[in-house]
Amino acid sequence: MKRTGKIVGISGNMVKVECHSFIIQNEVAYIIHGAERLKAEVIKIRGNVAETQVYENTTGLVIGETVEFTDELLSVELGPGLLGQIFDGLQNPLPQLAEKCGFFLKRGVYMDALSDDKEWAFTPILKEGAKVRAGDRLGFVPEKTFKHYIMAPFSLQGDWEIASMSPHGRYDLTKPIARLKAGDGAHRDIFMRQNWPVKIPIEAYVEKLKPHSTLVTKMRLIDSLFPVAVGGTYCIPGPFGAGKTVLQQLTSRHAEVDIVIIAACGERAGEVVETLKTFPMIVDPRTGRALIDRTVIICNTSSMPVAARESSVYTAVTIAEYYRQMGLNVLLLADSTSRWAQAMREMSGRLEEIPGEEAFPAYLESRIASFYERAGVVKLYDGSLGSVTIGGTISPAGGNFEEPVTQATLKVVGAFHGLSRERSDARKYPAIDPLTSWSKYASFIDENKMKAARETLRKSYDIAQMMKVIGEEGTSLADYVDYLKGEFFDSVYLQQNAFDKVDEATTKERQIYILNFIHLNILKQEFIFQDKAAALRFFQRLRQLFRGWNSTQMGTNEFMAIEEELKVAIRERAKELIGKTHA
Amino acid sequence: MHKIYTNIAQIAGDVITVEADGVGYNEIARIETRYGESLAQVIRLDGKNVSLQIFAGSRGVSTGDRVKFMGHPMRVPSGTDLLGRIFNGSGVPLDKGPALSENMIDIGTPSVNPVKRIVPNKMVRTGIPMIDLFNSLVESQKLPIFSIAGEPYNELLARIAIQAEVDIIILGGMGLKHDDYLFFRDILDEQGALSRSIFFIHTAADPTVECLLVPDISLAVAEDFALQGKKVLVLLTDMTNFCDALKEIAITMEQIPSNRGYPGDLYSQLASRYEKAVDFDTAGSITILAVTTMPGDDVTHPVPDNTGYITEGQFYLKNGVIEPFGSLSRLKQQVNGKTRDDHRAIMDTMIQLFASYREALEKRSMGFQMSAWDEKLLKYGRIFEDQMMSLKVNIPLEKALDRGWAILAACFSPEETGIKKSLIEKYWPK
Repeated sequence: MKRTGKIVGISGNMVKVECHSFIIQNEVAYIIHGAERLKAEVIKIRGNVAETQVYENTTGLVIGETVEFTDELLSVELGPGLLGQIFDGLQNPLPQLAEKCGFFLKRGVYMDALSDDKEWAFTPILKEGAKVRAGDRLGFVPEKTFKHYIMAPFSLQGDWEIASMSPHGRYDLTKPIARLKAGDGAHRDIFMRQNWPVKIPIEAYVEKLKPHSTLVTKMRLIDSLFPVAVGGTYCIPGPFGAGKTVLQQLTSRHAEVDIVIIAACGERAGEVVETLKTFPMIVDPRTGRALIDRTVIICNTSSMPVAARESSVYTAVTIAEYYRQMGLNVLLLADSTSRWAQAMREMSGRLEEIPGEEAFPAYLESRIASFYERAGVVKLYDGSLGSVTIGGTISPAGGNFEEPVTQATLKVVGAFHGLSRERSDARKYPAIDPLTSWSKYASFIDENKMKAARETLRKSYDIAQMMKVIGEEGTSLADYVDYLKGEFFDSVYLQQNAFDKVDEATTKERQIYILNFIHLNILKQEFIFQDKAAALRFFQRLRQLFRGWNSTQMGTNEFMAIEEELKVAIRERAKELIGKTHA
Repeated sequence: MHKIYTNIAQIAGDVITVEADGVGYNEIARIETRYGESLAQVIRLDGKNVSLQIFAGSRGVSTGDRVKFMGHPMRVPSGTDLLGRIFNGSGVPLDKGPALSENMIDIGTPSVNPVKRIVPNKMVRTGIPMIDLFNSLVESQKLPIFSIAGEPYNELLARIAIQAEVDIIILGGMGLKHDDYLFFRDILDEQGALSRSIFFIHTAADPTVECLLVPDISLAVAEDFALQGKKVLVLLTDMTNFCDALKEIAITMEQIPSNRGYPGDLYSQLASRYEKAVDFDTAGSITILAVTTMPGDDVTHPVPDNTGYITEGQFYLKNGVIEPFGSLSRLKQQVNGKTRDDHRAIMDTMIQLFASYREALEKRSMGFQMSAWDEKLLKYGRIFEDQMMSLKVNIPLEKALDRGWAILAACFSPEETGIKKSLIEKYWPK
């Protein structure tokens, strides 16, 4: 007997439902409107009235219409077949929706995330009689280039035993692959697909560890100065047009992780389209397969219903945690968390809650914190490690970082990559401001060199500020050279050419080699010049050579030739002869 | 059979509350007052209480007036009969033509499935070098013109509309001055573009609620044409008035304001309109150009700020010209590699040199000495402003590129421009 209720009030996508039975907080309900069934979630209960947020447009709904409650929290389907997919915020596969409904997203049409009839080659790991608990690996199927482990349901409580196990063979998602029994005689069939409520973290692991290794994004400015850790968190706030999305797109291509989940949350559809159309064409150098094969896209763009936007980041992080359970390193890129926070603000306003700063709800900080806390490196039951790294962009109002979303995020993340309008206007890519950004994680670059590089930048900036007042004439030659060193370092190392095949992504080895070269031969080197014009000419020449160097493959003859040319140019001006350049 | 109710319980602002049964959310009603008829839309249902927003305003509404519910959400007529016609924000004719009631379509349709979009790849030529050459407009782009009050933004819109190669032009005017409305009508008529244009006009004197409908109606009609394979250009002026109308209604409805009085869903409201810009994979397209006036030339004001996050760049109109810094077309990379092989080189070089010119100007105004190089830059900047930036210039892209080379040659040696040799050999004026 299904529990049902009646609509008693409608305001925007907030629908009040009266129900004379019990109601579960956050359970899913369906509004029955003629032939349409609209998905909603209970978010507040007062007496026998539940306030629900509807994941669809509410046009045409009428007081008195029936609402069915489902007993289930908002969940995602987990199983083989997620990779390469494009879902909306509620995990409806968009290409299949397009086949069914054409150009538009018709309301009330929901489809299974994973196809029922696709067969997968299953290989069992455990045998009959083996003891299992939630998250234990029962067997695996090949998915793209990965071994996709079929795990005991995360909802399993206590210890169970395998009563029967299917042999090696091809099965679809509707066929049980094992049967478990509990001590009290209860039985449970296990399928390759399982559901998990998105707002609850998956915790089937031994322990959460401290992030220790650097996640290589191949962006020099990030990896060398403001690194991100595998299993860490970082945020990218920036005004519009500063290149947040471009940065995320390049990270999603080059980052050295197993799986990338892209959560396009409340942003332009056009950007998703670009990812959608280009990723199948780009070959991932690590696997030799198309990039789309390691990617899952969750896309709830700005014109799609706002309540689904709120859940889309949870859908994304749950899928990330699922693949983490297989011992993989997963990177979740959320663009943009501000739109997610705004969705919370809209719902909070409709619930008539007392607003906090800028009308954001008072629980904004704790929601943001608990989202980022779902990142981490975990030690799984079999001893292997898996990780979820979360990078979120923030779109602060007016580009001003003193706003609630940025501030709440800064409290919980491990690295901050602040984009600046000045740098992006000056066409500097990436536009991450090296003077205000920070990271708490360790880089593969030697600590002292990192410090020296930061000091050079700081000093150069200070001198540049001073020069604005007293002019070039009033600046000493030594100061002027320090200024040029900083400018040089910024333009040839921190900036990258996103349109150059070699320069767009720099490997760890190359970063170590190049930074070492710059550190010894330029930043720490003392030079002799007759005047400022000579110094300027020298650094301009160096810059031109270096840019050419940046776009040649490491290890080629050309690479070595330019290196030699650079050394010759430096030797002419260096106070002392250069010693060893290799550390 | 429409239900009629006469028990209006409350009137506050332009919102009335009436007791009724079986009314759908967002449904349209017709209300008859002694001053005439108006449409109204359901914006809240609470038990028996139905709150309606009256498009023509609540002035003169009596608690005894009749409210007739129509049983469907807001609809407008669409189709080729609309071409050359002028309507108000509720779809009522403002010209002397007949009212249309055929081919009615719903406004506020669902959003397009992202997988049915294509990556934009067709340039819209405007004859304005600051757009075509430096920030190319692309079919299906959504682009605002950021401007302070008093700049010639409507003239710019009209010019683009006349010159752009599109099938249909739809003008949505919000809070438009009556003269501006006449200006658009006359200039499109003069240039023979009126027969492929449709106007939805809300003037500053009209009720606020009607202002809110203008973008929705304009875009719904545009979408209808686009689905039939037409290239549609939608001009919206001025979106700041639309946002102010949103603010007014939100505050009347006692919603909690978020930033400078604007409602918390301003971003979503703007996005759901701008995101209608689309290039369908097997049909036509919608390109949106919208004016956003910036109060106090402040780009961090909530309206331009939220707009900037949604749109694919912006044209920044200042001192009567399109300012090269601050203007950006995020989609230009999709098209400017396919025009002429010198397009990107000319674009980058001329802008970099222009930036140096601005620095030289600043240096000069601070009293620092001008070097020979600075003098060259000053000369270059003056010519550039006169022959490229001025909105009087009206030449096709190829001519603009040739002119670019001529300007460079008049001021610099080939090496000083930093353009690669192969292009210099091909294009540098002998």
